[in-house]
Amino acid sequence: MMIKEWFKSGSPWVWLNAAAVSTSIILVVGLLLLVAVRGLGHFWPADVIEYNYIEGDKKSVVVGELVDTSVMSAKMAKESGYKLKDNADTLVQHLIKTGNRDISGMDFRWIQQQNIQSESHPDEMVAIERREWGNFYGRLVSVKENGKVIATGEAAWPVVQQRIEQALEIFEEIEYLQKKEIGAINHQLERLRLKQKSLELKGEWSTEAQESQSLKKAELDKEYKGYEEQLDVLYKQIRRDSLVAKESTGTELEIPLESVVHVIRPNSMNVFTKILQYFVKFGEFVSEDPREANTEGGIFPAIFGTVMMVMLMAVIVTPFGVIAAVYLREYAKQGFTTRLIRIAVNNLAGVPSIVYGVFGLGFFVYILGGNIDELFFPESAPAPVFGTPGLLWASLTLALLTLPVVIVSTEEGLSRVPKSIREGSLALGATKVETLWRTVLPMASPAMMTGLILAVARAAGEVAPLMLVGVVKLAPTLPLDGNFPFLHLDRKFMHLGFHIYDVGFQSPNVEAARPLVYATSLLLVMVIIGLNMFAISIRNNLREKFRALEGM
Amino acid sequence: MTEQKTHAIDMSSIANASQSNNEVTDTCIKIDNLNLHYGEKQALFNVNMEMPRKKVTAYIGPSGCGKSTLLRSINRMNDLVDSARIDGKILLDGEDIYDKAVNVADLRRRVGMVFQKPNPFPKSIYENVAYGLRIQGVNDRRTLDETVEKSLRGAALWDEVKDRLQDNALGMSGGQQQRLVIARAIAIEPEVMLLDEPASALDPISTLKIEELIHELKEKYTIVIVTHNMQQAARVSDYTAFMYMGELIEFGATNDLFTNPTKKQTEDYITGRYG
Repeated sequence: MMIKEWFKSGSPWVWLNAAAVSTSIILVVGLLLLVAVRGLGHFWPADVIEYNYIEGDKKSVVVGELVDTSVMSAKMAKESGYKLKDNADTLVQHLIKTGNRDISGMDFRWIQQQNIQSESHPDEMVAIERREWGNFYGRLVSVKENGKVIATGEAAWPVVQQRIEQALEIFEEIEYLQKKEIGAINHQLERLRLKQKSLELKGEWSTEAQESQSLKKAELDKEYKGYEEQLDVLYKQIRRDSLVAKESTGTELEIPLESVVHVIRPNSMNVFTKILQYFVKFGEFVSEDPREANTEGGIFPAIFGTVMMVMLMAVIVTPFGVIAAVYLREYAKQGFTTRLIRIAVNNLAGVPSIVYGVFGLGFFVYILGGNIDELFFPESAPAPVFGTPGLLWASLTLALLTLPVVIVSTEEGLSRVPKSIREGSLALGATKVETLWRTVLPMASPAMMTGLILAVARAAGEVAPLMLVGVVKLAPTLPLDGNFPFLHLDRKFMHLGFHIYDVGFQSPNVEAARPLVYATSLLLVMVIIGLNMFAISIRNNLREKFRALEGM
Repeated sequence: MTEQKTHAIDMSSIANASQSNNEVTDTCIKIDNLNLHYGEKQALFNVNMEMPRKKVTAYIGPSGCGKSTLLRSINRMNDLVDSARIDGKILLDGEDIYDKAVNVADLRRRVGMVFQKPNPFPKSIYENVAYGLRIQGVNDRRTLDETVEKSLRGAALWDEVKDRLQDNALGMSGGQQQRLVIARAIAIEPEVMLLDEPASALDPISTLKIEELIHELKEKYTIVIVTHNMQQAARVSDYTAFMYMGELIEFGATNDLFTNPTKKQTEDYITGRYG
């Protein structure tokens, strides 16, 4: 009886609803939390621990960062062939990031808790982040200048820090020269070559043209030589210094400062310096190029590529979708055909994205791009310009993918503009077009923005079609730079979504890549949230301005 | 005081005019054998009517009798309904507005309209009034300022809103919004004003203001008003048309129609026997 009353009162239904909502919230928050914790933890300068380890009767020293711990029941451990002490009921294993890949051949190592004799956190332990071979953990022995030792032991530490700073400055200069200046010269040389070829094709390769061409070329060559000399000097400077460090086994290794990014002594750092280091590392992650098959360094090109691609897509899809929706809702005679078109548009939203990728590759890249190349870029044949996957085609493909969303929500917005407003405008002598532009479209603009928000959310997270139409594992140049024509729509680009896939599943160094997968995922989510917030703020502004819809 | 006086004079002159039936009045709108179909359904049957210039003509009749439809035919608002089909003529100053050569936008500039529910645009008060001018390509600040002030004064709204012209029009009261819509219509100086139950969504005080406004407006404009409030029709109009089931039953000077209807149906309606 009581139960029946309870059901009648409706409260079980309310509970069910509340449970569904809270489950969704918990899932979303949990997901973000997991990704954030796993990803952001990666940048924390962990202590370098020295373990005295005994395996059988072989004693050794294991040095590294503690990354992970796993606990296995004794029974399972015995079954898998581990030897346990008699009284142990669990097998505890630690994953240690030992670095020093150039010496030991591996970065990571599992050790068993039961075999650890002692562990310590020696203050003098250094962690060296290198541009190649991953991290190095050990003790600093000496600093060398031109092969001569200038400081040893404890005195070497301040010297190293000072020299590293110098080396980093020089390195930046070298990077700048190579990427910006020499990059620009190469770009110009390539344009000269293409110009020559196009003149040859047209049969206008006259002696004057040849002369001016070779003059320009000589100039560029001269410029290039100048930069090369500068580079030589810089290389000499940066290669002057090196440091010698001792590994746990006692092997000494000389590391040129040229290839060092950071040298820190995490064990002797306090919380504040650690926080500082954390932010430095995080800053590098979002602002630098990737290294070592994407498992080290930053992901800036991927962030840039994602944002660029999404914006380009938005620029393409919004006018296209809005115009289509306006025709469908305002001009087309409502009837069977428009119903059919609406159904088709809605179904288009349900087509798997990879199908769009295939279409993009087949139609945009090969047919459209191939023809553009033939017509406008005959000089660069056989190398394709637009006849190969690139930023433009990726944006276009995604614009096609998100078109239904924009059309549907714009139509919705148009249909919500009250008839009385339209009539009011028409009664004042406005034509239909004037009414549309001055009254109806502004009032429907919040709905258009809603469509755009949905489109951006979908496009930014899409990976599958992009793999076919323009995203690559590593793009040498950004699609936007200082060389004419500045925005290079034909270039391939990097994308956060594809980067996650690449780092997580195509990487040779799984353990090193794992935290980066989380960190990259977090950034992808943040980029999408950022783009959406931007669009939502615009929409709210528009809503505020045209809040008539609620009043009528 | 003076206003009431002129009003009184007006009324008496109309009474005179209608008494001496032969006197020629200047016809502004002539409706000639108008039939209107919505798809299969016929909404207007053979309507013939001549509406004099600078007078108020009221359409009365029960709901669904076609009075709004007839009104909306005069500025071709029925064109917006796909299924609407019209034959017959409506002559504005002797020209058929349904002629192929007529530009509908131009026509609507000459024949302004105010709707049942206030429909200001979600823009500032100023922009609402300036809308019609901007459509015509007027962007000169001073012309706009002058017209906006003149129109708002004409709609008896200036004193209430002169300090907040840039505020959103949707923040005004219903009565103010309706007067704003009237200001918006007179800003483009039409010849004819069509009022489709302009006071039906308003409170009594706002209604009174609108009615006073109609008195003032008829000095400059030919006004056609649809109302289902017979007292209102009697108060504001010079001529009244009674419609029933899509047919024009009776049309004449307001005084005559209300005091001495010639048709039985009209009498039944105005005495409240049906409707």
